[in-house]
Amino acid sequence: MRCPSCGFVQFDAPRCKQCGALSPTPRQPVASIVSTPGFSGPATATRPSRLVRPLNLYDQQARNRWKTAFVIGLFMLLVILLGYGVDRFVIGSGFSIPLWDGSPFEPSRARPSRQVAFPVATVAALGVGTLTAWLGYRNGDTLVLASSRAVPLATTDLKSRQLDNVVEEMAIASGLPKPRVYVVQDPDPNAFATGRDPAHASIAVTQGLLEMMGREELQGVIAHEMSHIRNYDTRTMTVTAALLGTMLLLHDWSARSGSWRVRDSSDRKGGGAGQIVLFILWIVLVVLAPLLGQLIAMSISRSREYLADASGAELTRNPMGLASALRKLQEATAPTRSISRGTAPLCICDPLHHRLDDGKGFWADLLATHPPMAERIRILETMAYAGS
Amino acid sequence: MAFYLTLGIVVLILVWLVVMYNGLISLKNQVQNAWQQIDVQLKRRHDLIPNLVNAVKGAMQFERDTLERVIGARNRAVSAKGAQEAAAAEGQLGQALSRLFALMENYPDLKSSHNVLQLQEELTSTENRIGFARQLYNDLVARYNIKQQVFPTNLMAAGMGFALADYFRIEEAEKASPRVDLSLN
Repeated sequence: MRCPSCGFVQFDAPRCKQCGALSPTPRQPVASIVSTPGFSGPATATRPSRLVRPLNLYDQQARNRWKTAFVIGLFMLLVILLGYGVDRFVIGSGFSIPLWDGSPFEPSRARPSRQVAFPVATVAALGVGTLTAWLGYRNGDTLVLASSRAVPLATTDLKSRQLDNVVEEMAIASGLPKPRVYVVQDPDPNAFATGRDPAHASIAVTQGLLEMMGREELQGVIAHEMSHIRNYDTRTMTVTAALLGTMLLLHDWSARSGSWRVRDSSDRKGGGAGQIVLFILWIVLVVLAPLLGQLIAMSISRSREYLADASGAELTRNPMGLASALRKLQEATAPTRSISRGTAPLCICDPLHHRLDDGKGFWADLLATHPPMAERIRILETMAYAGS
Repeated sequence: MAFYLTLGIVVLILVWLVVMYNGLISLKNQVQNAWQQIDVQLKRRHDLIPNLVNAVKGAMQFERDTLERVIGARNRAVSAKGAQEAAAAEGQLGQALSRLFALMENYPDLKSSHNVLQLQEELTSTENRIGFARQLYNDLVARYNIKQQVFPTNLMAAGMGFALADYFRIEEAEKASPRVDLSLN
């Protein structure tokens, strides 16, 4: 029979597989569940269905642009801070360059007259930082894909052909160019999307996910990733992943050079209290910057997962596909080893399966990279019931 | 003062007109693009069907009738002219195809053929792509039409040469057709 709301044909179940509308025939047992307050019951089930459209899609895109800029700004600040600290505390009063009197064309008469402090480390750090930020923005997706050892999908067997087709279908549904498809050789099911904009986007799934999911579940997962691309979540997360990695490196390096400096300053000039206070302030900032970056990355990834679930369901008009896929992901508890920590916020489910992810409330919202699976499944199922 | 006020209002109205016009043009092109996408996928459907029929012909000799109906519907759909005729022909083709798929279930040999499974996957995907392309097209048409109909754009849209776009409706013939689950779960 055909669904009265959306015209989908596989409408033999109590609910339409495509839009989630209830069957208009009153003998369906589901009707009793739905006739609770809040739902209008089977009487309205024949109305044309509309999923809740995420009205804040453009808000989310704007927010992502702002956040990307913020992460890059924070990174640059850290880099400049590091450079300045090296100038101030390691080189001392600054590396001096001699200024020459007289004409440079008469070297015989020229002699150095005064020294001008030149912040060589700050300028060098600024240059390196700009380069890194630019590379992170341009090639962050390559880094992320390489770090998880993703290889381009070879459409040789039926299952990989199916994946390629599903990606094409979701690209058509969202009206975006088809992203490149990659496979990660890992038996644990997981998936992520990366790329700085929809024209340079990639979707990677693990071998485990490919083997575990049926067609509709695969469609749900790909729709979720496609929504990340459409919302520009991938840009924010890719830049954050690339720059956070660099921040952590810089952080390690500065911690080492810092301890060397403390001994040195107390030995030589006695330093003065002001110098030490400044130095401590510097160290605190350097230590806190990557933490701050990580906190931002995590606190924003929870809400974006809910949004990607919702707009993914809007693409397939089949919330149950993704719900069923999430249930399978929830049951798989082995960590996804191939996916590094920096890539974790990009994934459809936390590759490390942190227990924190199951919690709710302020701290869980702040620190967990992913919302609780049970909650995500519940919301999707509600969507399927309330589809009318 | 009054002069500057008038100038300001005129500039504001001009800016609004430009923004409105550009927004409508952008949506109009997206609608046309989505329509092209449906066409592309229908073409893909037409190209795949002869391959499928050839692949199953040997095993399904007794279903000559069904196979001929599929090929006939496909040829009518290819040569259909105009949106009305094309929609009707595509509807009949969908019906004939679903009947073929249902009958294929009776031939276990086909299920073990890699070639047939692959063609079945491609056709499943094509049916989905047609559906999703139609979904995107209809969503865009809705946005385009709403944009033209809201106040105050409705005062200007028709005068600028914009017209409401038609939805891609499912033909009654196709609506009545049963279809089988083709997913390879």
